[in-house]
Amino acid sequence: MSVWFRHLMTDWQANRRPELRGLPFVFAAKERNRIIITAASTEAEKQGISAGMAAADAKAVSPGLQIIDEIPGKSTTLLNAIGEWCIRFTPIVAIDPPDGLILDISGCPHLWGGEREYLKYISARLQARGYDTRIAIADTIGTAWAIARFGKVTPIIAPGTHVEALLNLSPAALRLESVILDRLQKLGFYKIEKLVSIGRSALRRRFGQSILQRLDQAVGHELEPIASIQPIVPFEERLPCLEPIRTVTGIEIAIEKLLDMLCRRLEKEGKGLRTAILRCYRIDGKMVQIAIGTNRASRSSNHLFKLMELKIRTIEPALGIELFVLEAPETEDLSAEQELLWATEECGLEDAEVSELLDRIAGKVGAEAIRRYLPQEHYWPERSVKSSPLLSEKPATGWPVSRPRPVQLLARPEPIEVTVPLPDYPPMQFIYKRELHQIKKADGPERIEREWWLEAGELRDYYTVEDQDGKRYWLFRSGHYSGEQPVRWFIHGFFA
Amino acid sequence: MALLTDEKKEMISTLRRDILLREGFKTLSASTRPITGLKTLEAAFPNGIFPVGAIHEFLSFKPEQTAACGGFIAGLLSALMKQGGICVWISAIRKIFPPALKVFGVAPDRIVFIDLQRQKDVLWATEEALKCKGIAAVIAELGELTFMQSRRLQLAVENSKVTGFILRSNQHKLCTTASTARWQITPVSSELAEDMPGVGFPRWQVDLLKVRNGKPGSWQIEWSAGRFLLISENTVTITLPGQIRKVG
Repeated sequence: MSVWFRHLMTDWQANRRPELRGLPFVFAAKERNRIIITAASTEAEKQGISAGMAAADAKAVSPGLQIIDEIPGKSTTLLNAIGEWCIRFTPIVAIDPPDGLILDISGCPHLWGGEREYLKYISARLQARGYDTRIAIADTIGTAWAIARFGKVTPIIAPGTHVEALLNLSPAALRLESVILDRLQKLGFYKIEKLVSIGRSALRRRFGQSILQRLDQAVGHELEPIASIQPIVPFEERLPCLEPIRTVTGIEIAIEKLLDMLCRRLEKEGKGLRTAILRCYRIDGKMVQIAIGTNRASRSSNHLFKLMELKIRTIEPALGIELFVLEAPETEDLSAEQELLWATEECGLEDAEVSELLDRIAGKVGAEAIRRYLPQEHYWPERSVKSSPLLSEKPATGWPVSRPRPVQLLARPEPIEVTVPLPDYPPMQFIYKRELHQIKKADGPERIEREWWLEAGELRDYYTVEDQDGKRYWLFRSGHYSGEQPVRWFIHGFFA
Repeated sequence: MALLTDEKKEMISTLRRDILLREGFKTLSASTRPITGLKTLEAAFPNGIFPVGAIHEFLSFKPEQTAACGGFIAGLLSALMKQGGICVWISAIRKIFPPALKVFGVAPDRIVFIDLQRQKDVLWATEEALKCKGIAAVIAELGELTFMQSRRLQLAVENSKVTGFILRSNQHKLCTTASTARWQITPVSSELAEDMPGVGFPRWQVDLLKVRNGKPGSWQIEWSAGRFLLISENTVTITLPGQIRKVG
């Protein structure tokens, strides 16, 4: 069976943005300095716009035309997704880029009550999802493809009659290159039956080997392999219980069993999990779930159990749980060598024990509590560090040490009262939290300008000062001395 | 008065070591290197080695003291993290500014900061972190620490050999704890050569208020050119009320 999506991209776009439904719109991509239409919607086609036209010409034909940028590779991923969905109709589904699917339906139609009902059902289901399709069933892939796109009589070709069905179609139905098609057109071959009557050696000499191969594939003399879509089996384990489970011990045993099964499979496939969800189906029809996440791919059932253990208390068994399902939606490659490497390494951010510890903390209080800081190339103190959620991220630049920075930095500078002998001199004394500090030694000013492309505001003149007791502070004056307004001073940090 | 012969001296030192062992104080492996500039200070500790794999308490009641503690601890960390380890900084109200630690020889990106809301969580996370062998040191900022809690932390480090630094900020709840040492770091005036203007290198009054099986003392220490520098030694044992000095 061959399925032809007549407006694959535009149907998909109309599904995503319902306001586009019923409007002419096209997808276009740049090609040799011209913007060429790659896909047109039904409405646009009615107005005479088709793929291959220049977008400017189309705009002239239909002024209200909407042009959307082509997304490279989208049609293939879209076909893959639809293909995976189609596995409900037959186990063998292959994609046929750019706009088709091939389904091997041997032994399937009788389940739907015959080929006609089967075809109608698939067509209706695809129609319900918003896709305009033409479907054909034939003995060979080539014929089904041809009938789906060019057939006019019936979409279902009875066994053994596919050659006759082909003969009346144009050579374009043979999946040939456009160069060969042009030449055939010039020579007056409007139908396939004309081609068949010519000797094979003459055809090869004039049009190359590919025309013979395509003919043979359509007629069935040559086998055409089909690369079926292999859906990824999700990492999921189920544990049904004979008796409903209500106790913590019971849940623990269930989790242990599920984790053992899952970890064995992960090990076999060389994977480690990053997130896991445990769903507990209760006998009263409700479902409770807990989720865990790890900082690094892991398949150690002990560690994962510890993470789960922290959350067992949140499971409410009520009348009892009859089914546990453990799923790992996010996995990463994890080779055995990597594990070994971590085990031997003494310490560091790569240490498995450290990441397990952080997983436990993240599991209990949330991952946002864990922070690591990396330098950022800004002089403005609040922006000079950035928080990194990843343990593996390395600093892109070195940590600057040329300027003094306080060990304790106030999140928000606090206003202070200051006595200054002269403008641009460090202060003589300041009052912070009702305590007077006489300044004995001072360094500065270090002027830090605000980055105007990021935010507007006053600059800061920073002074490092030491008071009579030897306590060291980081003070700053906000803005220039202007005369009209009183100058504002702030304390921003404490030096060691 | 009979002079002590060499034989007797040796016997006494062997006996001392035996007593330490019986009291549960394990001698550390020879790989622990002395911290540069703290030679005199280390003499205060049993066997003359800075105790790694133990709990150190720091009293800091004011932000200035917390900053000084931060600097002093960072100096110690730079020695502890030489082998490429990481450290964990756990607190409920963290004001530490990571770039400033680089001056004290610690790469700030090798520190994992854990910011928690409740004291209870801070304690839990500290205990979990202290149990983890892959970490060089754990720093926790706590309000108070009861004897029971300190015992738990001490038991955790005895197995894992992780060094713990606890910053205590509650002045009114200073009870006895099971930690190995209790410190107080206060900033003192810096000095520059030949009356040069400006602020000098960070200088602290380091008070070792109590230490298990060692001699408490008080020193002035400066951090300059990437190492500790002893300024003056005050050998007089500081006099404090006996209740505070009692060893837990």
